[in-house]
Amino acid sequence: MKILVAIKRVIDANVKVRVKPDNSGVETANVKMSMNPFCEIAVEEAVRLKEQGVASEIVAVSIGNQQCQETLRTALALGADKAVLVKTDDDLEPLAVAKTLQKVVEQEEPQMVLLGKQSIDGDNNQTGQMLAALLGWGQGTFASKVDMEEGKTQVTREIDGGLQTIELKLPAVITTDLRLNEPRFASLPNIMKAKRKPLDEIALADLGVDTANRTETLSVENPPERSEGIKVETVAELVDKLKNEAKVI
Amino acid sequence: MTTLVIAEHDNSELQASTYNTIAAASQLEGETVVLVAGHDCQSVADQAAKAEGVDKVLLAQAEFLEHLLAEDVEKAVMAQEGDYSHILAPASTFGKNMMPRIAALLDVQQISDIISVESADTFKRPVYAGNAIATVKSNDSKKVITVRSTAFDALSTEGGSAEIETVSAGSHTELSNYVGEELTESERPDLGTANVVVSGGRGMGNGENFEMLETLADKLGAAVGASRAAVDAGFVPNDYQVGQTGKIVAPELYIAVGISGAIQHLAGMKDSKVIVAINKDEEAPIFQVADYGLVEDLFKAVPELIEAL
Repeated sequence: MKILVAIKRVIDANVKVRVKPDNSGVETANVKMSMNPFCEIAVEEAVRLKEQGVASEIVAVSIGNQQCQETLRTALALGADKAVLVKTDDDLEPLAVAKTLQKVVEQEEPQMVLLGKQSIDGDNNQTGQMLAALLGWGQGTFASKVDMEEGKTQVTREIDGGLQTIELKLPAVITTDLRLNEPRFASLPNIMKAKRKPLDEIALADLGVDTANRTETLSVENPPERSEGIKVETVAELVDKLKNEAKVI
Repeated sequence: MTTLVIAEHDNSELQASTYNTIAAASQLEGETVVLVAGHDCQSVADQAAKAEGVDKVLLAQAEFLEHLLAEDVEKAVMAQEGDYSHILAPASTFGKNMMPRIAALLDVQQISDIISVESADTFKRPVYAGNAIATVKSNDSKKVITVRSTAFDALSTEGGSAEIETVSAGSHTELSNYVGEELTESERPDLGTANVVVSGGRGMGNGENFEMLETLADKLGAAVGASRAAVDAGFVPNDYQVGQTGKIVAPELYIAVGISGAIQHLAGMKDSKVIVAINKDEEAPIFQVADYGLVEDLFKAVPELIEAL
């Protein structure tokens, strides 16, 4: 079985982002970038399925500028066999990403597409579901467990009240939640080997997808600041403040 | 202009998140129509018809809709014939799962997790784990939107008298099938809607120590939450998690116990009205957002707090 894993390069999860003074966006120049944490989990799951003998080939795909190559090399070092970079300098919206991925899926013909449940920059949580709908496939979102059977898969999903298990016909789209696995680190020999693995580049324009933005970001602002708090010395003082000052208990 | 709200329910009760979504819908001009898709869920439609701000209820029933699988709800929504300018659902796991499918089929860029309605086409939503607020204008002819429940106060659940119309339920796709569910049982209020939330982090040490927080929660009529560290360590189930990737809460009072306050956790609770932090590390980032901070060993402070209440 062939698995396609979609990965995104984002501002590192540990960076405290700064809003640009002109409110046009957040500062991305000279900021550490990394693979989106949920995408790491997706890559790890694909590699584990290959180690179990379920997957035969893993193709990592990313859409973005030339620097996304680095993110794809990371995926190759973690165990992906081949990478595809769909090159564009535009910042695509999830719908455009899903349409682009649909084209890549049509070319590569995987039995499963793995994505993270959301990227930590846009926090949209849309791409996997949109891709599934465009392909007319079933979806297993927020997956915390994936079991493979002949021609189908059982996915345990994290839902608001607990866990839900569903069965999906293959091919299917699965999006990963935090609890699915603990991603491995790339070893130095594997990082070296990854440099020789194939990385194809496709110009976004060659795919013939309409990726025009449907939304306009009018402004990006800092969230309202909380007024400064105080430190209390004792539990008695805390209870007194909550009762008489904040009046919340 | 007509807005379609997709109801979240468990086939017997309309979830609180639906009322918040109806409140967001009523900030848009025009009619609000609620679609109740499910199985054996007439009572849910009755509740929706009574809710303030609802003009009409569509009831789509079929056995295959019992578990509200995304592929089937998608078909039920797409089978509706009305011309809706806006389609809204709560930004719960239900809404997040199903709505982007509808957006993609309508060829619309969804707006996720809105926290305010600026006009019929402009909305605010948090990005980067709530560290920035984007104002977004949609140029699509239809707007597909998920709504952050904590950002919209629910209207009254009584007083409305909308007409209920039975509509097509679509067809079962058989792309996915329900196998089973393991729901966390709790007598306490729901984490997403509780007025008071008591949360524990890695500092709790183990799962047994969470009993202490449960005792505190019971005294306050609170829900119990947790940080990712506490969930990953196996202290409590996943659905306790508050944060960017867990639940977003905004209670009157949030008590963070043994939680350092990572960006991802703050994203889920920093809109709480009053935040209390109990942590022995006075450098912990949680103190930067806390209205009242107590630098103390939680194993001493929490029992004292239980005693004092």
